[in-house]
Amino acid sequence: MFSFEEFINLPLIWAAIIAIAVYIYIILDGFDLGVGIIFPFAPSEECRRKMLNSIAPFWDGNETWLVLGGGGMFVAFPLAYSIIFPAFYIPLIVMLISLVFRGVAFEFHYKASAKRRFIWDYAFHFGSLMAAFAQGVMLGAFVQGIPMIGRDFVGTAFSWASPFSMMTGVAVVMGYALLGSSWLVMKTDSVTQKWARKVTKYAVLYVIVFMFAVSMWVPFLNQEIYAKWFAWPSFGYLVIIPVLAITISIMLIRSIINEREYQPFLLTVLLFSVSYLGLAVSMFPWMVPHTIPYWEAAGTPETQSLMLVGVVVVLPVILAYTAFNYYVFKGKTNSDDIY
Amino acid sequence: MIELFDTAVLSRIQFAFTISVHIIFPAFTIGLASWLAFIEGMWLKTKHPIYLEIFQFWVKIFAVTFGMGVVSGLVMVYQFGTNWAVFSDHVGNVIGPLLGFEVLTAFFLEASFLGIMLFGMNRVGPKMHFAATLFVALGTLLSAFWILSANSFMHTPQGFEIAENGILVPTNWLEILFNPSFPYRFFHMVIAAFLTTALVVSGVSAWYLLKDRYVSHARIMLVKALFAVAILIPIQIYVGDASGLNTLEHQPEKIAAMEGVWEDESPAALVLFGIPSEKTQSTNYAIKIPHLASLILTHSWDGEVKGLKNWAREDRPPVWPVFFSFRIMVGMGLLMLFTGICAMYLYFRKRLFTTKWFQRWCVLMAPAGFIAILTGWFVTEIGRQPYVVYGVLRTADMVSPVTPHEVAWSLAVFVVVYFAVFGTGIYYIFRLINKGMEVGQWQDTYGQHALKNPTTIADIFLFKSKKDK
Ligand code: HDD
Ligand code: HEM
Ligand code: HEM
Repeated sequence: MFSFEEFINLPLIWAAIIAIAVYIYIILDGFDLGVGIIFPFAPSEECRRKMLNSIAPFWDGNETWLVLGGGGMFVAFPLAYSIIFPAFYIPLIVMLISLVFRGVAFEFHYKASAKRRFIWDYAFHFGSLMAAFAQGVMLGAFVQGIPMIGRDFVGTAFSWASPFSMMTGVAVVMGYALLGSSWLVMKTDSVTQKWARKVTKYAVLYVIVFMFAVSMWVPFLNQEIYAKWFAWPSFGYLVIIPVLAITISIMLIRSIINEREYQPFLLTVLLFSVSYLGLAVSMFPWMVPHTIPYWEAAGTPETQSLMLVGVVVVLPVILAYTAFNYYVFKGKTNSDDIY
Repeated sequence: MIELFDTAVLSRIQFAFTISVHIIFPAFTIGLASWLAFIEGMWLKTKHPIYLEIFQFWVKIFAVTFGMGVVSGLVMVYQFGTNWAVFSDHVGNVIGPLLGFEVLTAFFLEASFLGIMLFGMNRVGPKMHFAATLFVALGTLLSAFWILSANSFMHTPQGFEIAENGILVPTNWLEILFNPSFPYRFFHMVIAAFLTTALVVSGVSAWYLLKDRYVSHARIMLVKALFAVAILIPIQIYVGDASGLNTLEHQPEKIAAMEGVWEDESPAALVLFGIPSEKTQSTNYAIKIPHLASLILTHSWDGEVKGLKNWAREDRPPVWPVFFSFRIMVGMGLLMLFTGICAMYLYFRKRLFTTKWFQRWCVLMAPAGFIAILTGWFVTEIGRQPYVVYGVLRTADMVSPVTPHEVAWSLAVFVVVYFAVFGTGIYYIFRLINKGMEVGQWQDTYGQHALKNPTTIADIFLFKSKKDK
């Protein structure tokens, strides 16, 4: 049996891998969930079809990152997996059911008769909306901490529900909507693009308000997080994160006002990255927040080593063909590009 | 009411329900992906549009099935955590990597190339498109490889140690991956998936022939599918038998439940049919064939088969579902064998396209593969009870610390949503079949601008029957 335990800090690497997988998931599925969130507000049937077509070749691959995030936890941090998942039972089931609806809606939209199509369009919209909201709620509940005594979950079925987690739920919905609308600005033209531009304008305002609210709230949730952000000397390094966030927000607003095609999407991604980084800093080093740090939740070194080999060998290949997939479907989407 | 059902029972019902729905779609996609790759390969080779039309017909059905497989699969991954948290904590170190490799090597491959396969025909060349189809087909097989290895580990665990806190720690990956029941289960399942698809294809083509629609397409498909059935079913029965022998070695109480044997018997008779009863601990109204069980299971005239009474009641699997499921699966297998034999006979007598009763039979057989797969899994999984990892961990100890109310609630939602959503999906598949293919102009000239080589033997009969008319 081989193990890299002695050469490298396996739990830390795995914590990073999972954080990155979740990050990629948020960006990738974020834009296609976002398209779903704004879907019914589009001005015409033609627009909606274009919107669907712009994400149809990608959504399955995007969702696979969610499988990797969940699966990665299962592999590398079975203890954390077995605490967090039951604690989030209800929001997780809501997310799964919502993803079922929106996942099948892609295919069913094309297969349904024109009269019934609206059912699947709503399934697509509400599925995306609820999935995003559930994810945001779980994010909030995670940041807030999971009630534990020792290694046992001591909360109730509804411990995840709190004003803070409700707010993060809405925040994530807004965030995804912005990712989705700026994606459409990039991938569509004429009427659809014009409409997407308008949506982007609204969404960006909401996102900035919510981002501000969350950033202000998080340090007051927990002593330790507060200390991290506001004590010297860590403040000296960390201040760069809010500074970056503000700069990017300003650039983003300008790019939207100047009606750029690609910049709004790319800057939104950048803004998400910085916020994610901020959250990661707040949550470090917890795997189950405020009770179990990542090294205590880690699986066996043999397991983590084997999987690490897998990730190092396979992930670059995955990234390569994912990139190829986006390359094949580059440029503007048209409305009749189906098989 | 709810108190009658504790978290463990409800979680088991929920898991069994969701996995049973899930398996229907992958079983079909595994076969369909390879079928599509084959058809597209034929198209590239012959350049005949008929193959492209067949491809474009099935790829629509594939897309719907695949979408349903993906979303129902996502539910599975998360259920390990939500409902089987203790299981995840105990076994995660061992089977985690198997699922991890499934995600890395199979899911991403399928998901990414699916986009090109479905939407990319006009954006990449035919060769690249064919490669994408091949990758998707490869992905489905890899997926089956890893998940069946994980599942087989739970039946025949090896290559691990139990740490003092009860957690399974891997000691030998090769032993874990290639555990004793894995090769049998893998081949049995993959062949099952191919058979299932072949039966669906032959059912659909037979139905078109009966309705006199797309006759030339249907003939090509029917011949290919029935050849697949005829070749695969004897192999499947052989592998199933081998799998049974392997199970006898590792999980004898499962075999006892399958056969409905309570006392040790040598020579053992084969119970063709009967009603096993837990109360009287016997199989009543049994119709038996002497010596046959010994012959099948031990390959000797009077070898011993162990009875269920060797195990304490709480260590036995439930007999009833295992016993009947097994008979249904084997029954389906025998019906498939009959189908294969008839098909070959009719084909070589050149009566395949004119024998109406057989075409009706093929339509009837279309769902047989699904039935066999579900009941086969019932045998396997229920026969493993009361353990979740055989001999190591008991199912009832593995549940999450969630309340029965939560599980009852989620189970109810899953049942309602699955029936509504997947029911509609299956309805759309039927509609696609009913709507049929888009057939181009080439048919007018078919037979005059004959291909240099006949693409299939079926084409020869095609000429023939045209002349007959
Ligand atoms: C088209 C599907 C199909 C057909 C025709 C058959 N089976 Fe099967 N069988 C399966 C599909 C299947 C399956 C769904 O794929 C299972 C469930 C788990 C597995 O690995 O394969 C299975 C399990 C399974 C098991 C349980 C193995 C275990 O629990 O360890 C045995 C003993 C057999 N089969 C034996 C047979 C025999 C003797 C058959 C002869 C007619 C047969 N099967 C036909
Ligand atoms: C290959 C992947 C599979 C894995 C890892 C797996 C694992 C499990 C687990 C964890 C349980 C819950 C514990 C238990 O009740 O034993 C279970 C039960 C069950 N599974 Fe599977 N399973 C797999 C495939 C399948 C398939 C394809 C079916 C299709 C019908 C199936 C049918 C069942 C049934 C009926 C039960 C309930 C048994 C009972 O509680 O009496 N399984 N399986
Ligand atoms: C508990 C058991 C199982 C889990 C957790 C599971 C998980 C999953 C997931 C997450 C997906 C979607 C992948 C994607 O995003 O593309 C999927 C699809 C798939 N699964 Fe399962 N699965 C299980 C049982 C099985 C079994 C028993 C088989 C067959 C032998 C199987 C074969 C496949 C295949 C071929 C696909 C891809 C094709 C499709 O989506 O229809 N799975 N599964």
